[in-house]
Amino acid sequence: MVAGVIFTPVVVAAMWPVTFDSREELFEIPKGTWARRMAGEKREILPSEIHLLVGIRNVLMLKNSDDVPQIFGPTLMMPGQTLRIPFTRPSENYFACTAHASGQLVVVVEATPTWPWNRLSWRVRRMLRWLSKP
Amino acid sequence: MNKTLLVGALVLPLVALGTHFAFRRTPLAEQGLRSGTFEPPREAPAFSLDGSSGKKLSLRDHLGKVVIVEFGYTFCEDVCPVTLAHLTEVYRKLGSAARDVQLIYVTVDPGRDSPERLREHLAVFNASFLGATGTPDELKAVQKAYGVVARQVVSRNHALAYAVDHSSSLYLVDRQGKLRGLVPFGTPVDDIVHDLDLLLKMGT
Repeated sequence: MVAGVIFTPVVVAAMWPVTFDSREELFEIPKGTWARRMAGEKREILPSEIHLLVGIRNVLMLKNSDDVPQIFGPTLMMPGQTLRIPFTRPSENYFACTAHASGQLVVVVEATPTWPWNRLSWRVRRMLRWLSKP
Repeated sequence: MNKTLLVGALVLPLVALGTHFAFRRTPLAEQGLRSGTFEPPREAPAFSLDGSSGKKLSLRDHLGKVVIVEFGYTFCEDVCPVTLAHLTEVYRKLGSAARDVQLIYVTVDPGRDSPERLREHLAVFNASFLGATGTPDELKAVQKAYGVVARQVVSRNHALAYAVDHSSSLYLVDRQGKLRGLVPFGTPVDDIVHDLDLLLKMGT
């Protein structure tokens, strides 16, 4: 009984294919961000590390919905502008980014996990990242 | 009379349809630009700096060409030489079409990169590459306009006084002077060739 409770989620996590409803991972600077920052509010919009998967979640989409230009990720973006960066190969991409204390944004692009062990390990790593979020 | 009306009724929708497709502007991302794509594209930030040719170098002088803007410095030991070698290969693969492409290499190290040094350094890769330098304030303004970050750090190579950490992406400017694409460091040569080809065709 106990073994069943432990192993069933593990087996499901290993066997269930990794899917997403969209290939795009969207990050948006909401309207009014600049004004809120000027008022002293500190809020990170972009995580310092972004994880993507080749083929199924491989497009980084940055959108500036604020009223002023913003340095967002690797570049300066005008109000209303989007930057769509597709990644086609497993890689680690380092971008200078003033929005982060480290001054760096890392985009980690992994191969899509197709084997049960890879899926399981990918899901565990994803959960750990989620748990370590502030 | 009826015949004329019938022909008109048949021809007019065809003309309208043809015009629609001829002038329809498909976003570049949909056409398959492999690098980062700005939508809507904005005017590429203008600059006028000291060129490696000995004359003033302005982005506007290259309207009509596809311009690659790179930020780097000649003492760079890792990112810049790799990118310049990739771009040399890109030019080779473009063949005669490379005549309509211009690389402008904007230094992030005005203290050491004189126009002469830029010219000598770039000529090692391709004689048509142009370098640009200026006062620290002029260069900072250009960096800010493109969202480029550059800061002096201690060099791992003790022979050098300092190194410069800087953004490593390339910026693609179309023939009309619009900032269209952002090419992350490490993008394969064939992908850059593909995108330049697309931008070259857009303006013809």
